[in-house]
Amino acid sequence: MPPASADTGDGPAAPVLRQQVLVLYLASSALDSHVVGWSRYDGTGRTSPTTGDSDEPPYESGVAALQDGWRLFQAAQLIPPYPGHEYDVSFLKHEFFFERVVDVRAQIGS
Amino acid sequence: MENRQELLNSVQMARFVARGSLRLDAVVPAEMNAEGLAVLAGGVPPVPYGTPLSDAYAKGSFVRRLLELPQVAGALRSMVGPEPWVDHHFVHTREPHGGAAQALHGDAIIDVRPDAFDVQLMYYPQTVTLEMGGTLSVPGSHLRRINESDTGRYQNLRGQDRLVCPAGTVVLLHHGIWHGGRRNDSDILRYMFKIRFNPRVRQRRLWDTSDLHDPQVAAELDAMFPWYEGATGRLERYNRILLWRELTGDDGFDLDHWVTRVSNRPKETVA
Repeated sequence: MPPASADTGDGPAAPVLRQQVLVLYLASSALDSHVVGWSRYDGTGRTSPTTGDSDEPPYESGVAALQDGWRLFQAAQLIPPYPGHEYDVSFLKHEFFFERVVDVRAQIGS
Repeated sequence: MENRQELLNSVQMARFVARGSLRLDAVVPAEMNAEGLAVLAGGVPPVPYGTPLSDAYAKGSFVRRLLELPQVAGALRSMVGPEPWVDHHFVHTREPHGGAAQALHGDAIIDVRPDAFDVQLMYYPQTVTLEMGGTLSVPGSHLRRINESDTGRYQNLRGQDRLVCPAGTVVLLHHGIWHGGRRNDSDILRYMFKIRFNPRVRQRRLWDTSDLHDPQVAAELDAMFPWYEGATGRLERYNRILLWRELTGDDGFDLDHWVTRVSNRPKETVA
């Protein structure tokens, strides 16, 4: 749930900032490659994204997310395969974490 | 005397090897689905792990008749052979407007067998709409080496399968497939009955192989899925080729030279 307003009545209210996180899984290690998977986490509590809630990605590429104001804060390292495991398949490799910081005093939907 | 079985053909098996699932829409007749709903609501008593199939469910019981349907029996026979063990079964429910989606996961624990696989049967006695939170599964994820819910971070993958199906649908899954029950946003309690089978024979040419050399077999095995990264997608095909070699006994099978190229180490010297 959004917290109560930080307005103390002593002047302009301080912003109440919360983080929204977007995780994009891309087709290669390039940030402008296309999105193959996505997850969202909402620190404002206004939405409840969950597993299997959409078939359409929010952006077509990592760069498209940047252009919409998301800030990249982590990208997956490139780690060579361990000898003998070169053909193993496991987790998605090209994971990019983005954030958007939202002032939760703002009206929902504004 | 064995009941009638409709074996899979090679094209269907190749599709299963590529996708990790086989869907049999509305294969269970309506009157059995009505009965099945009541049976599942009452619960199905557990059987000990590793019970041979013929000992697991009483003759004439609902589950026994479900597994004797010719398409179901034939598909199971094609994948795991005769008399598999029943690993376990479970009645899964998704409460109306309740709970959360399951995290994307693979069942049991990480399983690296290159030459054997378990099959999980999922039976849906009701029509499943998108709102009812049908099982989410990810085509072509079954050969990925992950442990249970370590994939929980992944909410959506391009080309994922959010099951919507008619009543009486049976889905057969490779044990490794990534899946999870979705959130049920409807007013209806949703049921799914799952049985896991362990093979007891070598899983080699158990299906109707009369079409083994149909070009469509290679086309099915060559499938790419929209969530694959470009480079890893090639490894998926590599691993599928190895699995197809195991299932057919054809050590020379290949697609576009993928395996042959990287295993070519000639020993002959120039005279």
